[in-house]
Amino acid sequence: MSAVLTRWGLSTTPPPEPPPAEPNYLNHNYSIWSWLFTTDHKRIGILYLISITLFFVGGGIAAGVVRLNLLAPNGAIVTEDVYNRAFTAHGVLMLFFFLIPAVPAVFGNFFIPMMIGAKDLAFPKLNLASWYVFMLGAACAAWSVLVGGIDTGWTLYPPYSTRASQASVVPGVLGAFIAGFSSIMTGLNIMVTIHKMRAPGLTWNRLPLFVWALYATSLIQLLATPVLGITLVLLMVERMWGVGIFDPSIGGDPVLFQHLFWFYSHPAVYIMILPGMGVISEVITCFSRKNIFGYAAVAWSSVGIAVVGFLLWAHHMFVAGISFYAAILFSFLSMLVAVPSAIKVFNWTATLYRGSITFQAPMIFALGFIFLFIIGGLTGLYLATLGTDIHLHDTYFVVAHFHFVMVGGMVMAYFAALHYWWPKMFGRMYSDWWSRLAAMIIIVGFFLTFIPQFIMGYHGMPRRYPNYPANLQILNVMSTAGGSILGLGYLMPAIYLTLSLINGPKASSNPWSATGLEWQTPSPPSIHNFEETPIVVCGPYEYAIGVDQMGRPLPEGPGEGGPIDPASHAGHPYPAGPVPKETEVVG
Amino acid sequence: MAASTHTSVLKHHFDRLDQQHASERLGMWMFLATEVLFFSGLFGAYTVYRLYYPTEFEFASSKLNRVIATINTLFLITSSMTITFGIRSAKLGDRSGLIRYLVLTLLLGTAFMVLKAFEYTADYEERYMPGTLFRSEYNAAFEAIFPTDPQQKPLSREEAKLYFEKDAQSEHPKHQHWAAELVLLNYRKSTADPDYIDPGKVQLFLSFYYIMTGIHGIHILAGLGCLIWLIIEAARDAIPPENYSTVEVVSLYWHLVDGIWLFLMPLLYLAGAGWVATY
Repeated sequence: MSAVLTRWGLSTTPPPEPPPAEPNYLNHNYSIWSWLFTTDHKRIGILYLISITLFFVGGGIAAGVVRLNLLAPNGAIVTEDVYNRAFTAHGVLMLFFFLIPAVPAVFGNFFIPMMIGAKDLAFPKLNLASWYVFMLGAACAAWSVLVGGIDTGWTLYPPYSTRASQASVVPGVLGAFIAGFSSIMTGLNIMVTIHKMRAPGLTWNRLPLFVWALYATSLIQLLATPVLGITLVLLMVERMWGVGIFDPSIGGDPVLFQHLFWFYSHPAVYIMILPGMGVISEVITCFSRKNIFGYAAVAWSSVGIAVVGFLLWAHHMFVAGISFYAAILFSFLSMLVAVPSAIKVFNWTATLYRGSITFQAPMIFALGFIFLFIIGGLTGLYLATLGTDIHLHDTYFVVAHFHFVMVGGMVMAYFAALHYWWPKMFGRMYSDWWSRLAAMIIIVGFFLTFIPQFIMGYHGMPRRYPNYPANLQILNVMSTAGGSILGLGYLMPAIYLTLSLINGPKASSNPWSATGLEWQTPSPPSIHNFEETPIVVCGPYEYAIGVDQMGRPLPEGPGEGGPIDPASHAGHPYPAGPVPKETEVVG
Repeated sequence: MAASTHTSVLKHHFDRLDQQHASERLGMWMFLATEVLFFSGLFGAYTVYRLYYPTEFEFASSKLNRVIATINTLFLITSSMTITFGIRSAKLGDRSGLIRYLVLTLLLGTAFMVLKAFEYTADYEERYMPGTLFRSEYNAAFEAIFPTDPQQKPLSREEAKLYFEKDAQSEHPKHQHWAAELVLLNYRKSTADPDYIDPGKVQLFLSFYYIMTGIHGIHILAGLGCLIWLIIEAARDAIPPENYSTVEVVSLYWHLVDGIWLFLMPLLYLAGAGWVATY
């Protein structure tokens, strides 16, 4: 009770002087140059966070144009040419400049060294270079948009992209090509770091699952991205000089471009989703206070997805004239990748079972991920099946499917990661109430946006068309309405997270009472993360016995009973006292 | 020497020197993996078209300069050897030996690029480049043998042969013998004929030739840049024996560039080595 009195200012003792701010990675130097020339992985992570947030807004505006235009069967606001450029800009920005760097370059950069007990990534200068290369690529993409945009769709199929299109294809392609190098640099850096810089005692079987997921992601980034690189070079050569290997008028094969393009771009969807799966493994265990169910299965299924993901690109080409036998093989392999994905979902569900679940914002996002990813994954089976794919190919069913995985899955996971690690990154807590509300609005808005698209796709509405029959208008209006709710939901974190930086309560070093090594540093972390190299003595999720990876007891977690120590809960969203008990959910 | 430079060599975020070396090596090997995948897209596409259009590829390859390519191959293989000697010198702390071998490698790599530049120049003068140059050259030869003007009679097969032989012997820099030979080879053949050599597909081969050797050349230039940097570092005594891995990672890259050439050489130059023209 005395704690409550102190908190409400009724104590007679004067409040203690705030201790002088510890030097940390944010406050040790405020100059702009200390940011632009930093080699600190944490600051580079923040640079990426700011950049991709801008591109997310840009891609979101393009999506808004597309959705608003589809309000009327013949286009509501823009010409058909602008419509083509809008959906292409949406695809290119969201895929190459948001989803691919989202988790690896922001949270991977920031937390991989901290989770493995290292001072930095293996190649800090390469890490900084990757951000500059990324921004150079983004500048090329911006140049392409400023001179009119591309109208080919993000898939850039020749011969349209090489001969017919009147738009500025080359700068946009150059942007994606350059951004690819940044992706390779990040992947290489993370992979070498995981191999060579783990703290003593941190064996492979004690690595957090986020690290495993990022390892698998980096593998794909390393091995798939260069193939896209050479494909885009060939495309640019053909576009600029009129000579190339995809030109059908001299015997070139445009379908070969599709093979090469999807050899990267299908594994690329696993670059996007695998880090998200890693985030979910962290969040689910922490907020159900349980050890992960099936650690080895979840870890190796990441690698399994990465490997199998390389073998099924041609399922994007079932109607492009590939051989029947190839189609059967790729159909089978596409279904095979559902197995490791399902292994993860079942293990997360088993982890939730009889857990002490609390519903803070990261957990709501993570649960949203699981529900939406299941829908996205199961509808993928319709598209992997040859017969149904003939009907559904290039319809809004496909659009809805990959948005369920990419937005319902990956963007949810991105927000889960952002809310989970925000207190660590900035040392501030955000509003608990607003964040939960935002999470639920995003999930509801998402459902309203994309469920109608499954139906209109099933009824034959093709993707990328600006016009549609009038009887599909009601579904399109529903989808656009849902899209505006979704947009509102995305706006909310921008506001309350920014406000938390200004007047949010200070976060303790471990506000979620999580086990990972990253929580053993102050919030925000000091410049070199760890004063001395940590010694790891146990696995990553010992919630059952309540110890962190260094074997020390965990602080009291959110929603747990017992005596409340306000010092360890400074800045915790709950008022001290009995409230946490009431929100406790015991299975 | 080892004791004095140890701390400056070890970077702040590594605990031990062997950890740092192992990371550098692993990083370079992973980069080489991406390079292999980068070229594999080209090799894969080349394989597809070679299987589609074997005759055209053989014909087009036979017109490339195999002498220069062979000398260049020897240059690159030798340079891989000299850079390996460089690693040994670096390990032993033999600075002058290191500089000597690095300079030798640099010279061999530069010689490769110089010869390659001569080869490109000759190709350009022959108008043996895909696109407009190729088309205008081919159309000129076609026009000479099959004039569009109905007043002029097309050359007979024997006359066309004479025209081609005269053309092949001319010293004129713009000798167009490949174009004349192509027209002669296709003399009175329909495009459906299995022996018909489609000039479009010859251009496909040439696209591969220029793109593959061009990208390889860019890699050589990057390697030469690294070598110059290493030479400067060695000259100012910044590569102590503990830091020999710097030389090693550059050598790994150099071997890869060399290795890729060992695949380009047969695919591009030797594919048509056995070509025998039948008119």
